[in-house]
Amino acid sequence: MRNIFAFIRRHFVFLAFVVLEILSLWMLFSYNSHHRAVFLGVANEVTGTVNKQVDKVDDYFHLVEENRRVHRMNDSLLNLMRANFNIPDSGQQVHTDSLRIDSVTKYRRWVYRDAKVVYNSVNFENNYIQLNRGSAQGIRDNMAVISSDGAVIGVVVNTSPNFSQVLSLLHSKSRVSAVLKGKTANGTVHWDGKDPRFVQFEGVSKDVDVKPGDTVLTSPNTYNYPPNYLIGRVAAAVVDKATGFYNIRVQTAVNFSTVQQVFVIENLQRAEQMLLEQETEKKIEQAKTGNR
Amino acid sequence: MSDLVKNIFRFILFLLVQVFVLDKIPHLHRFIVPYLYFLFILWLPFNMPRIGLLATGFLTGLALDYFTMSPGLHAAACVLIAYVRPFIIFLLIPKESSEFTYHEPSPRGMGWGPYMVYALILTVLHHAFLTILIWLQQGPFLDFLIKTGCYTAISMLLILIVELLFPRKLKYRTNTA
Repeated sequence: MRNIFAFIRRHFVFLAFVVLEILSLWMLFSYNSHHRAVFLGVANEVTGTVNKQVDKVDDYFHLVEENRRVHRMNDSLLNLMRANFNIPDSGQQVHTDSLRIDSVTKYRRWVYRDAKVVYNSVNFENNYIQLNRGSAQGIRDNMAVISSDGAVIGVVVNTSPNFSQVLSLLHSKSRVSAVLKGKTANGTVHWDGKDPRFVQFEGVSKDVDVKPGDTVLTSPNTYNYPPNYLIGRVAAAVVDKATGFYNIRVQTAVNFSTVQQVFVIENLQRAEQMLLEQETEKKIEQAKTGNR
Repeated sequence: MSDLVKNIFRFILFLLVQVFVLDKIPHLHRFIVPYLYFLFILWLPFNMPRIGLLATGFLTGLALDYFTMSPGLHAAACVLIAYVRPFIIFLLIPKESSEFTYHEPSPRGMGWGPYMVYALILTVLHHAFLTILIWLQQGPFLDFLIKTGCYTAISMLLILIVELLFPRKLKYRTNTA
């Protein structure tokens, strides 16, 4: 016993080194696998407070750009107004939908909440975005985040009371199911970690005609994202001869280095959908064992 | 200013510069990521106990990790260089105690040659360990080699600039202090 204590005292520094290394590696690998780590809630609040203060100053440098963007958005909405359309045919009439809004609220599936980016990065392999809304404002894990122009940014992975962390599309673990607009082709969008302006779209077989400029949208078959939100546009599509699938380079619709205002989207039916999926899997398992 | 207060200021300054200046540079290339924050560990005083060095290294890395949301990544690399630092200093510092009169590692105290070697070894160690950990998650092996080289070159350049722009006033070690 005394020898053990003597050993510990002699190699105390080395042992401390080993313990700290193991601790940090454990934190790293546990975070990478399920995005949880010790003190993450507290740390998120602290970094969030600092980031928010810095962001207040940083905002002034984006004012011109943001103004222009909002003005453009306003323009596109003004163009949609009914007053702009004048139908000469008297046989046609435009009716205002008199259905009471209350009568459809129970069918609501997506809820939008506004948020502001307080920290983001594009220079790493695994990029995260921090938002100034947290669990106290109703943000939960797995909510989708889109830019205020309606293009996909990422998914919430972590929340503290007043801030939340978003797994950006520019993350080695990010996967978004996507479709090509107007074509029956779906696949997965991910990032290869090289250029933050481009993401990769995989799973489209070569019989589909893909051309540069085609629009890539979020798939209807995903729980996190509402369907038909813009991810980006095809920049280059090359058929991989070995697999018969396309390697598609997609230019993201969002400029990730300047993203400021975002929407966080909640799927109100997510829990129900997940439950249904689990029940289905359970029943399939039962059927398998029953047949045997 | 006491050592402790000075180093707390340095810690905050290095962290803020790393998170809000160096990490925010526009994306030039994926191999260009400027790291400077670990210079804080290189600048810690000579007489700091080794266990204190380890703890400081861990906290420095962890603080950066919580900003970049990679808990443990930089902490592991910082603990490594904090552990190796005393050995490198022991190798590079003149053995005669009469010459060993400075308070903390600096080009003026150690001479430019030994100081740059000291900085280079620790920088390579830090970046090699960091990129190994990133490479374990994804990417080809060649990436790891190129990244270590590129990161090191950029960091050494930054360290050189910082040492030239902000020469530290050196306190002589005296018997009274």
